[in-house]
Amino acid sequence: MNDILVIFKREFASYFATPLAYVFLVVFLIMQGLFTFYMGQFFEREQADLSSFFTYHPWLYLFFMPAIAMRLWSEERKNGTQELLLTLPLSTSMIIIGKYTAAIAFAALALFLTFPIWITVNWLGSPDNGPIITGYIGSLLMASSYIAIGSAISAITRNQVISFVVSVSICFLFLVSGLPIVLNFFETWVPDTVLLAIANLSFLSHFDNLQKGVIAISDIFYFTSVIILWLWVNRIIVEVKREEG
Amino acid sequence: MDVYIEAKGLSKTFGNFLAVDNVSLLVKKGEVLGFLGPNGAGKTTTMKMLTGFLNPSIGSAEICGTPVTTGHVSARKYIGYLPEGAPLYGEMTVHAFLKFIAAAHKIPTDSIANAIETVINAVQLKQVLTQRIETLSKGFKRRVGLAAAIIHEPDVLILDEPTDGLDPNQKYEVRTLIEKMAPDRAIIISTHILEEVEALCSRAVIINKGSIVADDTPSGLRARSRYKNAVSLTVPKKISADIITRLQSSVDINTLEQNIEGDFVRITALNQQNKPVAKTIDTLIETEKWPVEHYAIEAGRLDDVFRSLTQGDVE
Repeated sequence: MNDILVIFKREFASYFATPLAYVFLVVFLIMQGLFTFYMGQFFEREQADLSSFFTYHPWLYLFFMPAIAMRLWSEERKNGTQELLLTLPLSTSMIIIGKYTAAIAFAALALFLTFPIWITVNWLGSPDNGPIITGYIGSLLMASSYIAIGSAISAITRNQVISFVVSVSICFLFLVSGLPIVLNFFETWVPDTVLLAIANLSFLSHFDNLQKGVIAISDIFYFTSVIILWLWVNRIIVEVKREEG
Repeated sequence: MDVYIEAKGLSKTFGNFLAVDNVSLLVKKGEVLGFLGPNGAGKTTTMKMLTGFLNPSIGSAEICGTPVTTGHVSARKYIGYLPEGAPLYGEMTVHAFLKFIAAAHKIPTDSIANAIETVINAVQLKQVLTQRIETLSKGFKRRVGLAAAIIHEPDVLILDEPTDGLDPNQKYEVRTLIEKMAPDRAIIISTHILEEVEALCSRAVIINKGSIVADDTPSGLRARSRYKNAVSLTVPKKISADIITRLQSSVDINTLEQNIEGDFVRITALNQQNKPVAKTIDTLIETEKWPVEHYAIEAGRLDDVFRSLTQGDVE
């Protein structure tokens, strides 16, 4: 636990070592606002809820979360600090989790800074805060899943741009697999169970329930499984890449 | 027995390439082992296996009696490692970086300040403590890397080219530091600077194409040189031709080398199979009354041995 904390602290602080973190936060909040008010028509809907805010999270995260995760491992490999890091008396798993949780903490901070919208909606009307809370939890779970993918992919390459592009692509597959356009493609030639499996792989369907205020074990289980799976992949990639020298 | 580092038949293959081939080493407390070899000989790969960054394909390593592998972290607390090129987190300040390393080595929180204080005094980092590492000069960066390697007072130091890219003064400082730390530790330094081995190491191991080709003291290695017991004479240029002809006729002398130094010529007479040649030459000097400006018997040349071991026979 202490090992994770050591890595976490360094990693989290390193986000703020360059102006990049502040640029990121500002752009994220601006985009968040644009999506909510312009595309989501927050005021025009005249509803005291945050569904126009949460609806666009899966799409917004598609680009922002890989951006948070892209440097986690590729930067270490590029600078050679991986050798320093992996010869410290810390286990590889602890290091992976430490880095990963630091990225989540940064994402959580970005998400937390959207609180004015929650104040706004409570000031303008009297929303049901239950779905808002579960929406935030779901949003963070989804962000964590995206980051788990991004973290694993960043271990493949020392180039952050490649890391970003590949992560976005994989996250995109996880995102769209529940959309009709994809399902229609498979519908004609795969068995129903496989079709259901593909539909269930999507972040969208699992996030939908949470932002509607439904906490289903299956959704929590889904996101947790995705995270664990990708962190495991992350570990394998780190081990394989280090042996390559 | 104070064996701090033990490598048993380490081999490492990358794909089809055999980078390290059956390397075995024992390093005891107090020894400074110079690890020599041409670039790509397998020095760095061997060190990476000794520090648990890479797993050996065959063989095993122990540090202070504890096995070291990538999955086995307990041996690492005994190791201070300076990777090649001293990679560091450039965005951190020196202080934050050392604090991170100290915490990672599980130095208790209340002793961290002390540990940092000790180490910055040892490598003289006080004036840059609050600077970001990326803004530092190469010499300071290397010292930060060294500080990180020794902050937890490890029994074993593994330093991959610790003086590479430093100016002569900085090299001297790093060497002094290593010398100071040597008595209580087992140290391995890799280098391709041969003077460093003579200045610093109690033992030298030469590795070529992945295998150990020599393991000896620096003077022992030097004695293998064909220059061992060779005599060099500095004589005026105008009579040098006569002297060379005279020397060439002597049966004891194998080959002659000459370097022109202004109005003088330095002639080096190499002997046959290490048989001292000095007596023959001394007699010649006396009988012929050569005006010898400078006279020396060589102890052997390390670079010569290095080349003959890593390239096959020289010339």
